[in-house]
Amino acid sequence: MAHTIRIQAEPFDAAAETAALTDGRADIGAVVAFTGLCRDEDGRLAALELEHYAGMAEAEIGRIAAQAQTRWNLLGLTIIHRFGKIVPGEGIVLVLTASASRQAAFEAASFLMDYLKTHAPFWKREHLKDGLVGAWVEAKEADDRAAERWR
Amino acid sequence: MKLVYFAWVRERIGRTDEEVAVPDGIGTVAELVRWLRGRGEEYEYAFENEGIVRAAIDHVHVKPEARIAGAREIAFFPPMTGG
Repeated sequence: MAHTIRIQAEPFDAAAETAALTDGRADIGAVVAFTGLCRDEDGRLAALELEHYAGMAEAEIGRIAAQAQTRWNLLGLTIIHRFGKIVPGEGIVLVLTASASRQAAFEAASFLMDYLKTHAPFWKREHLKDGLVGAWVEAKEADDRAAERWR
Repeated sequence: MKLVYFAWVRERIGRTDEEVAVPDGIGTVAELVRWLRGRGEEYEYAFENEGIVRAAIDHVHVKPEARIAGAREIAFFPPMTGG
């Protein structure tokens, strides 16, 4: 199955990526699109800065995608993860899963996000409205538990 | 052997990467961490909470008991917060 994995600084266009995934395909009956956005934390944040481990990020996301393809009967898969400075309202991550019917696409998208959050080597740091560089975002135990449930 | 650091581990140690000659007898990631902590207070600070800092060998996540023999690049970083 063809899949697209990109690690990039540039914004992405979820609609264009969905069209690229489904164009000319008559076998796909369901596409689930998840977009993770940068939020401003009640007006506190000017931006998030994402540091990543180039080389491992691509490799690890590839392994996570391969696991999803083993577990669900997917007909298409797109994962785009951004790095660098991202302002509130912009997308950080895009996951598209395509399958014949909805169940596989929903579950695979959920699995992919749980694993991306806990296994893909990216780290968020806050940039505050007052111009200060804030703290590194702390990992959440809830995210670890979310990933655990797929074991 | 090349060591690379990310996020607050990188900041605490004060460098992005370095080449180190690991002494004989250092067999696992946990032993490597113990050896690094003895190299200076910046390493002591980065690894102060045992079990928090994660490791990868040649771009693959590993546990503290993983063997380091044959590794080209070992990375240390905080728990991930992407997505």
